[in-house]
Amino acid sequence: MFELRDLYQQVIVDHNKSPRNFGKLARFNHEADGYNPLCGDKLHVYLNVNDAGIIEAVSFEGEGCAISVASASLMTEALKGTPVSEFKQKFEGFQHMVTSDLDELPDEAVMGKLAVLSGVREFPSRIKCASLCWHTVKSAVEDSHKVAKTE
Amino acid sequence: MMFDIEKIRGDFPILDQKIYGKPLAYLDNAATTQKPQSVIDAISHYYQADNANVHRGVHALSERATAAYEGARKQIARFFNTRSEREVIFTRGTTESINLIASSWGHANIKAGDEILITHMEHHSNIVPWQLLCERVGATLKVVPMNEHGELIMESFDALLCERTRLVGAVHMSNALGTINPIASIIAKAHAAGAKVLIDGAQAAAHLAVDVQALDVDFYVTSAHKMYGPTGIGILIGKESILDGMPPYQGGGDMIRMVTFEKSEYNDLPYKFEAGTPHIAGAIGFGKAIEYIQGVGFEAIEAREKELLAYANAKAEAFDGLRRIGTAAHKACVLSFVLQGVHPHDLGTIVDREGVAIRAGHHCAMPVMQFFRVPATARASFSMYNTEDEVDALFAALKKAQEIFA
Repeated sequence: MFELRDLYQQVIVDHNKSPRNFGKLARFNHEADGYNPLCGDKLHVYLNVNDAGIIEAVSFEGEGCAISVASASLMTEALKGTPVSEFKQKFEGFQHMVTSDLDELPDEAVMGKLAVLSGVREFPSRIKCASLCWHTVKSAVEDSHKVAKTE
Repeated sequence: MMFDIEKIRGDFPILDQKIYGKPLAYLDNAATTQKPQSVIDAISHYYQADNANVHRGVHALSERATAAYEGARKQIARFFNTRSEREVIFTRGTTESINLIASSWGHANIKAGDEILITHMEHHSNIVPWQLLCERVGATLKVVPMNEHGELIMESFDALLCERTRLVGAVHMSNALGTINPIASIIAKAHAAGAKVLIDGAQAAAHLAVDVQALDVDFYVTSAHKMYGPTGIGILIGKESILDGMPPYQGGGDMIRMVTFEKSEYNDLPYKFEAGTPHIAGAIGFGKAIEYIQGVGFEAIEAREKELLAYANAKAEAFDGLRRIGTAAHKACVLSFVLQGVHPHDLGTIVDREGVAIRAGHHCAMPVMQFFRVPATARASFSMYNTEDEVDALFAALKKAQEIFA
């Protein structure tokens, strides 16, 4: 049986306790709000994309459950240094990982540390917690002024 | 009366199951209660033997369906001690009942400059319909504040009540906090100020005896599914004198006496407010659920639920890092709390794996969360069929959550 520890792995507990890239960036040129009305999770992301189109810095602020905070923290690490042009592919890769069939193992070579979040598939009501931050960065990258939702 | 917990649990077939290999501890009764076999049987029997439309056919099945549907109404009328069955209107539930009042009575009686007074602990369903009405007619929504225990500040209520107040809307028992409000005093004071009163009984009606005549309440609304009955059915109880003067809410079949293209004549109470084919099976199940409550009796129910809450409260107070949200002196069967270092949603997931069903979230009462400055709470809500063992299972699961996040 799927154990709770598979969802709340040490990496997630750790990123929840000490989230990386937490707070407002001193310099940023993209930002967006994310909100999950069901849970009340609130998120704000900041991105600094340089002239070469590389995400030079990314950070987040907000409050939420351990899954949503850890996911946002891990996401900022994964996106730092990524070309904006590759964001869509990463976004889709993450979405696929958290919604795919349980017997499909995450591609750790591609997903890296983000693979620890594949456990949310076992908890359908918690998938949104993991994906809210990704939707929020998508809004920021697209300069959409709508508050990001997971629907 | 002896309270036979084993017999009661035996009446609810759903309780006897394992979740992830652990015995189910269903502690989400404020969201919806489970259904006794008698209710389930009454609903299947209706579909197996009596199904037909009501108030229409002259054939035997329609007569039986109508008799069962109207029989349920009579039972509900007696249970709440209404003056007559005409004061009992079937709706889809509490939310629809409140919307009916806001739309029909509200539009006819609330004008620009008038005030509607609600409380800080209302469910969204007793906030939003009034906001919509106020926006449309130019009235003002006022809110009675509460204290840090989650009790209404009655001095503020007195001060806010004035000649502009047309309606007072108050929840009988708060779903997020468990607070039982002093509705008799609220009703008497509101009437003295010339205001009508709507009491939201969604949470209360399965736990407390309600006598609408003794309370002299103008509108009392509730839902069957929080009273061991089916979802999709509830009631609006209103004083006949007020309901009579209200325009229809929805138009359609059953609510009319005569229709021509020039003009329609509306049916008598309660049918004037029951357009379309109703939830017949739901009403029949609701009647059976009330029969079940009466069989156990409120005296026994209240005593048992008090015992259980006291047991849970003692455990909560002794639990390191737990903060109770809602500590009113007069409260019932709801333990709302936050646990240091563990977000309520993580808690919900973790205790679920131990077989314990609780609610985590804002409980459709966001202003309550804002008041206590928490994004959400975890809520265990008890019913007569819960046991001390189940409370123990909850606290053991909370310990486990703390260990995971240690």
